[in-house]
Amino acid sequence: MNTFDLQISRFGEMAILLQWPQEVNELILADILAFVEALKSQDRSDWEYVPSYNSVTLISKSKFDFEQEKKLLLDAYSKRDGHQNTTERHCWQLPVCYDSEFALDLPMVSEKSGLSEEEVIRLHTSEDYLVYGIGFLPGFLYLGGLPQSLEIPRRDDPRVEVSPGAVGLAGKQTGIYPQNSPGGWNIIGNCPIPLFNPKLEPPCFVKVGDRIRFHAITKAEHKLRKIESEVGIYNLNKTLIDA
Amino acid sequence: MGVPVSGGMDALAVRKANLLLENQPNDAVMEITMTGPTLLFETPTYICLTGAEMAATLNNEPIKNHNVVQVKAGDILSYGKLESGFRSYLAVKGGFLTEEVLGSRSQYFPVTVSKKLLERNEISYFETKRYDALISDPKLENHFNSNFLEVEKGPEFVILGDAQLAELFAQEFTVSEKNNRMAYQIGEKIVGHKHTIITSGTLPGTVQLTPGGKLLILMKDGQTTGGYPRILQLTEASICTLAQKRAGDTVQFKLV
Repeated sequence: MNTFDLQISRFGEMAILLQWPQEVNELILADILAFVEALKSQDRSDWEYVPSYNSVTLISKSKFDFEQEKKLLLDAYSKRDGHQNTTERHCWQLPVCYDSEFALDLPMVSEKSGLSEEEVIRLHTSEDYLVYGIGFLPGFLYLGGLPQSLEIPRRDDPRVEVSPGAVGLAGKQTGIYPQNSPGGWNIIGNCPIPLFNPKLEPPCFVKVGDRIRFHAITKAEHKLRKIESEVGIYNLNKTLIDA
Repeated sequence: MGVPVSGGMDALAVRKANLLLENQPNDAVMEITMTGPTLLFETPTYICLTGAEMAATLNNEPIKNHNVVQVKAGDILSYGKLESGFRSYLAVKGGFLTEEVLGSRSQYFPVTVSKKLLERNEISYFETKRYDALISDPKLENHFNSNFLEVEKGPEFVILGDAQLAELFAQEFTVSEKNNRMAYQIGEKIVGHKHTIITSGTLPGTVQLTPGGKLLILMKDGQTTGGYPRILQLTEASICTLAQKRAGDTVQFKLV
């Protein structure tokens, strides 16, 4: 197992930020997930973990002694190899409609990337994206592995409202807005499958470390899939990933 | 999974209300923003108001913040003019018995069905006929009168240049119209930047700086991760102070 240079810093009165090197890298994510699993196997019920790309934010329910926690964490990191990782990973196939009704920024993405709109869609549906984080909003997936030619910066000023299911691009990232929200990503399509349902256990079927593959659908199919998932008869396609 | 911590924006006011009624610290209280409702109690209980002062009356008799007040079946609690702060809290003995979702009684749409109570909604609570409060009139000062927000350095504090630092700590800022339970936006912009960070965790009280120079302060229903540099982090007490500010109020950052 690789060992990375771990930076541990205080993040306000209630949290600790663990940072791995500043890069998007599958090996870093694997190390983070292994470490979080090892930490969760200990008795640390006072802490909540938010893993994302190259960091984990540890949020405490009560005030804590930072220097003492830092020592414990460094010690646990050096011993994480001893913990057996047992989580199964899946690749989920999700439909996306790239019709102009949803793809508000597709013309702009096409212009900035120098690619035709069709080529943007072909490239966007050509990768098994790695789920580097779930956050921002309930069920919002941060996906990595975006083709370099689709790297478009975040909008300088965020939109006041983005619709549920909106699929966006921002820098090296792509993702789906699970609900109405303000948002700074460039919107290129819409996914009719909701990613968060508090009545289900777990509320979000995807886990950090899973993969997502998009496929293009028509407006008519988008409408159909939306109804299917609302009444609870949509069949999610997934495949098991060999670790 | 991206679910915010949610709960009362002014956690100190919530804690005081629950403490004075000898409730559990996480018992549900009602958060009342800017203007108050008229509430009919159908079951006897004891109540305590904290946070913003809104000229509350019980059956037309004024009641004071931080007092434990007995309420009988048929009593009517109503609120008048906002006198100080922005968010008032109403606690009942034993807490409000609203729906529990993901281990919380907070309302946060779309994790819960609604984000606020509507006219003619009914909420349950336990009946309490007789209770002797340990403290009845504690003469507490409000904790939110100051306009200083105490902050620690955030994870990306280091990206700030001399011009930005001077702007941040030498002037007063105005709370803009864009303020809600997710975030408070500051009216004035400071010098922008070209730094991008890899998406990472955010907390209530995280101050983000957008490339355009806007300052966003995340609050209790705020996003759990974000991509704008996290330049400052409000102390827990200052989150409560800010929760009591409204559009047009001024605030000043103070590094601790």
